[in-house]
Amino acid sequence: MEVELFFQQIVNGLVLGSVYSLVALGITLIYGIMQLPNFAHGHLYMLGAYLTLFMMTMYGFHYWPAILVSVAVLVLIGMLLERLVFRPLHNAPHINSMIAAVGVMLFIEALARKMWGSDYHRLDSPYEDAISLFGLTITQQRLIIIIAAIVLMIGLNLFLKRTVIGSTIEAMAQNREGAFLVGINANKVSLLTFGIASGLAAAAASLAAPINLVYPSMGAMVNLKAFVIIVLGGMGSIPGAVLGGYILGLAESISGTYINSEYKDLAAFVILVLILTLKPTGLFAKEAR
Amino acid sequence: MKKNPVHNRVSKLAVPVLTLIAAAIPLLTSNTYYLDIFIKVFIWTIAVSGMNIIAGYTGQLSLAHAGFFGIGAYALGLLMTKAEMPFLPSLAIAVVLTGLVGSVVGVISLRLKGHYFAIFSLCVGVIILLIIEKWESLTEGVRGLLGIPIPKIGSLEFATISAQYYLILFFLILTLLVNRRVIHSLVGRTFLSIRNSEELAEALGINVMQSKILAFVYSTVLAGLAGALYAGYIRFLGPDIANVEHTFDMLLYLLVGGISTLWGPLVGTALVTVLMQWLQSWQEYRMIIFGPILVILVMFLPYGIIGAFVRRKMKRQWEQEMQENSIERPGMRDQRLAGGELDA
Amino acid sequence: MLKAERLTKRFGGNTAVNAVDFTINQGEITAIIGPNGAGKTTFFHLISGFHRPTSGRLLLEGKDVTKKPPYHMAKIGVARTFQTTKLFAEAAVIDNLMIGHRLRTRSGFWDAVIRTRRYRTEEEKCREKALQVLEFVGASDLANRPVASIPQEAQKRVAIALALSTDPKLVLLDEPAAGINADETNGLADLIKKMKQAGLTVCIIEHKMQMIMNLADRIMVLNQGTKIAEGAPEEISRNESVIEAYLGGAHHAQAR
Repeated sequence: MEVELFFQQIVNGLVLGSVYSLVALGITLIYGIMQLPNFAHGHLYMLGAYLTLFMMTMYGFHYWPAILVSVAVLVLIGMLLERLVFRPLHNAPHINSMIAAVGVMLFIEALARKMWGSDYHRLDSPYEDAISLFGLTITQQRLIIIIAAIVLMIGLNLFLKRTVIGSTIEAMAQNREGAFLVGINANKVSLLTFGIASGLAAAAASLAAPINLVYPSMGAMVNLKAFVIIVLGGMGSIPGAVLGGYILGLAESISGTYINSEYKDLAAFVILVLILTLKPTGLFAKEAR
Repeated sequence: MKKNPVHNRVSKLAVPVLTLIAAAIPLLTSNTYYLDIFIKVFIWTIAVSGMNIIAGYTGQLSLAHAGFFGIGAYALGLLMTKAEMPFLPSLAIAVVLTGLVGSVVGVISLRLKGHYFAIFSLCVGVIILLIIEKWESLTEGVRGLLGIPIPKIGSLEFATISAQYYLILFFLILTLLVNRRVIHSLVGRTFLSIRNSEELAEALGINVMQSKILAFVYSTVLAGLAGALYAGYIRFLGPDIANVEHTFDMLLYLLVGGISTLWGPLVGTALVTVLMQWLQSWQEYRMIIFGPILVILVMFLPYGIIGAFVRRKMKRQWEQEMQENSIERPGMRDQRLAGGELDA
Repeated sequence: MLKAERLTKRFGGNTAVNAVDFTINQGEITAIIGPNGAGKTTFFHLISGFHRPTSGRLLLEGKDVTKKPPYHMAKIGVARTFQTTKLFAEAAVIDNLMIGHRLRTRSGFWDAVIRTRRYRTEEEKCREKALQVLEFVGASDLANRPVASIPQEAQKRVAIALALSTDPKLVLLDEPAAGINADETNGLADLIKKMKQAGLTVCIIEHKMQMIMNLADRIMVLNQGTKIAEGAPEEISRNESVIEAYLGGAHHAQAR
């Protein structure tokens, strides 16, 4: 029994971690390329879930096609945001882009509330059933989340390493000046990155929605935790985002069960405070002086 | 920032004149709806001016501000209800306590630069909110802390809304006067230099960390003061007052009014609050326009209303000075430096 | 006055400054020259607290200051300018210079709020100092101008004034003559001589050989992080390894 409960928590941790990682990946990509902490990311996540729900309830789409549409739309929205809001602010003091991100965040939340109300919605997926795996009972959806997340991450990795556009993005994240010298078009890269990041968020939200409900502030906590993750894993570091996401997911799941479920949300932030107190440059950052 | 006779004259008159006007208002109207709006504007201005010091003048975007507002509010509330302490001591302790927490947070967080600091402060704000919410045995959590007694100083009871108005107005004026002293002093100049270029400030012998902490603690003290006054006015509290949403509200007020200006916080808070009340029927759309307004402000009017005003005045002044001294314009001079043609 | 003992700075696998021994004598004008990438600016960073040495020691007037941060170095009298002119761009010239003197004031928060006598005296002192150093560098008419509006050459002079406003003993100038014409270079050289006459010790990184040869009392030559020569200008100009280091570059060590 004890062992079963433990493994159950591991699975839950992996599920949480998958969602966190996907969101954190988006944020870390945007930060790596544009030096912008995208405070609005959690709301793009939320928008993704709402769009999937919308497609399914309004237009009768099936689960996967709905997700596809949602991701496509979010990619477009992400690119629009980069072009209209963040690119003009690129040379302004950092604080301005951060404030703009806050503004975008407020706007998206208000819009969602206006269009879909503040109630909680259920998103039904075709994977409601539970299955038995290695003696554990888990819902198919949870399994789907983990698998889909891994697929997406592998896909992203292949994209970044094997395609021309992808390696351009990676080059720019690693060495901005060098990238310019070689003639890489920073604007195009930023545009694409924002789009991809938003798409990832939409996917994560749509995958997670059947488990948690869909509501306007569903992105807020996830967003905060994603920031914790990338600060700890190194802002701009892709492996850091993935690793950090899963570590946090597992930590939350385990501490929630074995320590105190009331305070489990605190876990993320307490970890952040502890680590940054001891190592102000984050876990994986390089030395400055 | 330069000493300029016109600016100083206006500034010196502004405070007494505005104080007189503000003091006269409860005498002119007993409409509780209006007075309530004024009081809320006063309270939030105090908090926003604190944010101005750390974000505007010192350039560190602290997103934990609502958290410190909450600490001040709950400190006063708890001291007056559970410890049954009178108003003034509770107020003093609440403010000092907030400052103490602020100093601890500041020492830890200000070692982080730029974005890291903003994110960290955001998390601190959330932690504070969660603690207030979950520590039910102390704060009553989401049930709310009710029944905070009416503030009393000696035998003077601030039972009416007008009385509260004057009490809070007093603290607002005090805050503005202290802020003015701080801003127009070497301390204020030090803050600005840090915002301008931390590296250069260090090279000039300024202990940047120490100054940042000072600015941060002062900003939390003001947030705590505002929170405590709020608690004494509204007389019941819920964890929601420490919500990050309020931090963003305050950011908007600050931006509209003018970041790193003395009057920015007041103008911004007053304008946005009044506007929102006016557009009551648009309450639904309120939040939808908040966001884009922030974005547009930051793109086209980053210095806010007062800021734009100040900059235009400075520019006009400088152009005038140049004409008076018939100094050649730098453009021409540059040409000569570059060895280019010049007909002059 | 300032003594560097086997000062070394490594960044990952790259050794930017390699076990350099160097002494700056009080009252002298010392120059550091070398081809691009020789580690000159890194060396400046090491002796002004901006970089922590990987190994080696730094002594100022006999006291060990190896690990001290920049603001401490400024306080004990090491002031500097930067290769890309650093000024507070959002302020007027005089505001810049008043901040420069802040480190010599002790007024704190309460002094400012209550406007104690100490505060008022110190604010006056900062203002006077600002005007004084402005006059010294010959830029008095620029006092109220926004920094962003004054031409490059004037900005460089203001940057020097800024360093002077900290009441330093040693002033480090990083390529002060970069990007200015011959007349202005001469003006700058005069200014540096004036600083020496006023009792300051100056150390300057420069590429303009003619200026250095006429100005410096002693020269150190760095190449790829290592000191390859040290001595009076005449010795340096005849030094074989120095000439070789510059071969193929845009400079030659012959004074003209």
